[in-house]
Amino acid sequence: MLQKPILEVKGLTKIFGRGCSQCKIYTGPDRETNICPTCKSIVACSDISFELFRGEVLGIIGESGSGKSTILKLLNFEIDPTEGEMYVNTPDLEGKNLFLLNSFQKRKIRNSFIGMVYQYPYMGLRMNISVGGNIAERLLISNYKNFSYIRKKALDLLKKTEIPTERIDDLPINFSGGMQQRVQIAKALANAPLVLFLDEVTTGLDLSVQAKILDLIKNIQAEYGLSIIVVSHDIGVIRLLTTRAIVMKYGKIVEAGLTDQILEDPQHPYTQLLVSSQL
Amino acid sequence: MLLRVEALSKVFKRYIPSSVEISGCIDVSFDVEEGEFLGILGPSGSGKSTILKCIYRTYLPTSGNILYNSKLYGIVNIAKAPEQVILRLRLSEISYVSQFLKVIPRVSTLNLVANALLSRRKVPEVEAIKKAKDILERLGVPSKLFDAFPSTFSGGEQQKVNIAMAVVWKPRLLLLDEPTASLDMHSANQVLDLLKELKQQGTTMIGVFHDIELMKLIADRTYKVNGGYRDGFHN
Repeated sequence: MLQKPILEVKGLTKIFGRGCSQCKIYTGPDRETNICPTCKSIVACSDISFELFRGEVLGIIGESGSGKSTILKLLNFEIDPTEGEMYVNTPDLEGKNLFLLNSFQKRKIRNSFIGMVYQYPYMGLRMNISVGGNIAERLLISNYKNFSYIRKKALDLLKKTEIPTERIDDLPINFSGGMQQRVQIAKALANAPLVLFLDEVTTGLDLSVQAKILDLIKNIQAEYGLSIIVVSHDIGVIRLLTTRAIVMKYGKIVEAGLTDQILEDPQHPYTQLLVSSQL
Repeated sequence: MLLRVEALSKVFKRYIPSSVEISGCIDVSFDVEEGEFLGILGPSGSGKSTILKCIYRTYLPTSGNILYNSKLYGIVNIAKAPEQVILRLRLSEISYVSQFLKVIPRVSTLNLVANALLSRRKVPEVEAIKKAKDILERLGVPSKLFDAFPSTFSGGEQQKVNIAMAVVWKPRLLLLDEPTASLDMHSANQVLDLLKELKQQGTTMIGVFHDIELMKLIADRTYKVNGGYRDGFHN
């Protein structure tokens, strides 16, 4: 009756430092810190559990340092968790905790299932390789070998992300911030990912460019029925893109629910502060 | 029975700027039969909208049950159902017309209404656009506004777009929060005619109306929210 989540995360914890038995107990919103008073380790996120369903856009909102981006880095296998499990609902991987796979298998999943777009384009792009080359790189690691196919696919993606196709051989370093973000999105979509992670993708862009990027994401999501996790500190972005959201503070989830419910009937004091802080 | 509200209460605990409890609605109980129009009456601030928002789950009920007899899942307690279930119901059965237009910015009026249908029902795009046009025309929205963004519209025009978006996909349960509040008599009647037609086609409705005379024209029964229970602010 109910569909199974496409991605499931259980008890995800990341502690930077040596860690101790008290790290998780003495940190979090109630303690108003994410630094363990005993061992001084930083608890970036602790006991994070959530599900992502097919075609759903899930928001993660919270202030800087609340652990939002750490979660995406963990899910993208950029860093290893201290504790936790992650599952994807595909026939060959069902029931397997992805964090326990070897690095080769993880890379394979990353290349074929996940698309990631970072706040800073230099994290997702090779600035001194042409736009076409950036997209081709992603296709090559997903085992596409035919050059003319790759070129055609890159052009398609540029059109899809509204980048002038005549700029396919230009270097991203010569692009504007908004355009670099589009290239990142094109690159992330190249391998037709199952899930897309967006980490503060409109932060630092001017308003009209922000709006265009958000509209692009919305259109692409609708067209491909993508499952997306959107990390943002901007309530407007969360309101526009997501149907469900998670609110984080000091590494812990303080509230989770339907986005309209969180914005109109926030339960936790921090969420109330966040919502009332909107300009 | 399509919907049964049992001892529904909503108390808002607010921590900002200072700790306060505000009661939205207290001990509300009613049944709504399939195909019926239930009007909700009560003075301003008596919690009428709160009841509707609890049924749509924009507000989390504090206590009580909201039993909805859904096509998809059978009886669902909206007060406690998983978010995934609520989202599915919002996409296939339950629609809500808010007092104020809240829509995705930078989308034209016609596309907003057509998308409301396209995202919920399997219809060809051409047909969705045609239906959207029909409904907007019936509500008296001038066709020159179809390609404009509704954020620039008058209050009445925005309200019409709001209603068009909710009505176009023929929901099974329609929640109406002051659907005629910012409309003149002529426009209000256009809305009522459209709602009556939808009702005849089987849609069950719960509506909060500002104007009792208007409500009498469409409601089969009314539920009075007793403002007397309302204690207002207390710490």
